[in-house]
Amino acid sequence: MFDFVAFIPRAVAQSIPLLFGSTGETITQKSGNLNLGIPGVMYVGAIAGVIGGFLYERACGTADNMNPVLTILIPLLCCLLGSLLMGLLYCFLTVTLRANQNVTGLAMTTFGVGFGNFFGGSLIKLTGADVPSIALSATSNMFRKTLPLAKTTGWFGKVFLSYGFLAYTAIVISLVAAYILKRTRTGLHLRAVGESPATADAAGINITKYKYVATCVGCMIAGLGGLYYVMDYACGVWSNDAFGDRGWLAIALVIFTIWRPDVGIVSSILFGGLYILYLFIPTGMNLAVKELYKMLPYIVTIIVLIITSMRNKRENQPPASLGLSYFREER
Amino acid sequence: MHNNPKEPLIHMTRRGALPWYRAWGIRLLAIAAALLVCALITTITTGLNPLAVYATMFSGAFGTARRTWILGQDVAILLCISLALTPAFRMHFWNLGGEGQILMGALATASCMILFGETLPGPLLILASIVTALAAGAVWALIPALCKAKWNTNETLFTLMMNYVATQLVAYFVIVWEVPKGSGKIGIINQSTEAGWLPVLAGNRYLLNILVVAFLTVAMYVYLTYSKHGYEISVVGESEATARYVGIKVPKTIIRTLLLSGAICGLTGFLLVAGTNHTLTTTLAGGQGFTAVMVAWLAKFNPLHMVISSFLLVFLSRGAGEISTIYGLNQSYGDILTGIILFFIIGSEFFISYRLHFRRPHRKDAAQGSAPEQKSAPEQTGTQEQGGKSEKGEVTADV
Repeated sequence: MFDFVAFIPRAVAQSIPLLFGSTGETITQKSGNLNLGIPGVMYVGAIAGVIGGFLYERACGTADNMNPVLTILIPLLCCLLGSLLMGLLYCFLTVTLRANQNVTGLAMTTFGVGFGNFFGGSLIKLTGADVPSIALSATSNMFRKTLPLAKTTGWFGKVFLSYGFLAYTAIVISLVAAYILKRTRTGLHLRAVGESPATADAAGINITKYKYVATCVGCMIAGLGGLYYVMDYACGVWSNDAFGDRGWLAIALVIFTIWRPDVGIVSSILFGGLYILYLFIPTGMNLAVKELYKMLPYIVTIIVLIITSMRNKRENQPPASLGLSYFREER
Repeated sequence: MHNNPKEPLIHMTRRGALPWYRAWGIRLLAIAAALLVCALITTITTGLNPLAVYATMFSGAFGTARRTWILGQDVAILLCISLALTPAFRMHFWNLGGEGQILMGALATASCMILFGETLPGPLLILASIVTALAAGAVWALIPALCKAKWNTNETLFTLMMNYVATQLVAYFVIVWEVPKGSGKIGIINQSTEAGWLPVLAGNRYLLNILVVAFLTVAMYVYLTYSKHGYEISVVGESEATARYVGIKVPKTIIRTLLLSGAICGLTGFLLVAGTNHTLTTTLAGGQGFTAVMVAWLAKFNPLHMVISSFLLVFLSRGAGEISTIYGLNQSYGDILTGIILFFIIGSEFFISYRLHFRRPHRKDAAQGSAPEQKSAPEQTGTQEQGGKSEKGEVTADV
């Protein structure tokens, strides 16, 4: 019998970074910016949170001295600030300087992953701390705090209540994002900017402002995904390259959800499940087959991509000006 | 129409093609500015003398004959991938799947070497490896191309996903063929017989790769600039409607170009496995499929300029690698420096393709409501711009 009670919490834990990443990227893409720097942004978000948490933990000395509110707030704000800076950088290059989005995004990924791994690997040396590795257990415990009910309600608690507050934040953010995109004037304007910036410009919408805000907010949300991964999923332990290719998977998820953050909640769990399915499928001694199972999320994404383009339904398409810079005098 | 009597502070217009020396001058300025910023960051984070760091960088790239050869080999491989992506990019087909196409070529080569290593004679084995590697790379590019041609599927995302499918496929075969069992590695293939290995020219195992790529560079330049195919690629890239109007079959051009693009990526995989590494790992391409995108773009998709841009990026990464080893920094330090330099170069492209006009100070008639004529020589008022950008603003304003 397939053990769902064990499987679902692990799938959800896998899915939260993807959900953050894909919600952020969806908002970004709706403004017409294809930010391929999301993997880098998530690394920067994670390491910025780690640096904040690390410095605070060191300043306090023992876990008893730590203020619970500050323990959460400092890494959170550092993470938001780090990813905001990355977002601003991307916007400055692609919106203000009209650089090519693919190239900028790839450069941001190179930079972000390098930044994360460099500070992750050298933080101890740079600050002269006398600890063997970065293990923010006290901070992580705060992030992992669950409702007291989770322990006492059996399988229900395990499946629905056993996550840290960031997991629920991710779901709330994606619901809010879906509402804003679909039901508000701001969302309508944002979609107009992504579909046809020239038309939106003619209608008096400030293209630059919308692109900047959407991309920066998107980056900040994506950065939280990195923070969740290191503080909650990895129990506050930073190890280089551990985050892996989740950033790209988040971009895949954007396509899979056909640019709808609310669909993202369920599909990210599905992706999270596919990502770890190989751990739960009995393959015996044949380790090689497990590698093939890891292909599943990508293959599913490709299939969705092909099917949406085949059916060619207007509302399921990528934003029409995705990946293009807008220059007013070039209409 | 003119509701706002105030002229904007900075007004920009697109400029025509700059002569190449001006364009590269701007880029060099950007690189100089980037190196300055990198030096600052190095000093702040590590307290090292930036000049000594740069000297180390230089010796890391050119210090010994061996290092120079490795530099040459790395430039050749990166250049080869960039050449592969270029025809697709010229067509505005964003092939981000170089990584996967290389891996497929490498997988095909490795499988030939492993399966036929003892049965086929040497030259035939190498021929078989080349053919399968080209085919495997081409097929990996063909799948997104077919979908693009038929249903206009977004190729950026499609090719990106194909990378990971290829990575997992390689991971699967690495475990199937692992030597010894349980190690998770293939090890050197045919180490004793050297079957399927490319011959070593003049005592240097990198020379052949470099020669192949040098030939390919010229061939690609000729193909793109002087052949009918190259012309069709450019037309499809500029405007699909125009291409249809003049009778170019757009789907056919897309598929043909991507077959070529994928095949050259496959060739890169072949060169890596049969020529230098003699083994297969999932990280064989090492992100170069993405770096090549930047190389090609920096050179504005001109194969000859790519020699410069790929050299630049390889020099940076090898130099930065040396810094991290010598000063005991984390290896990723190189990525940070590369990233910063890339940001500056990317930013400098703006000043190559656009020109800034600054508002003229103290013009009372500007308030009359009619826009004053834009003259081509604005005053040097670039100082309002922030930080390191102002110097470049002035440079371009007087062009």
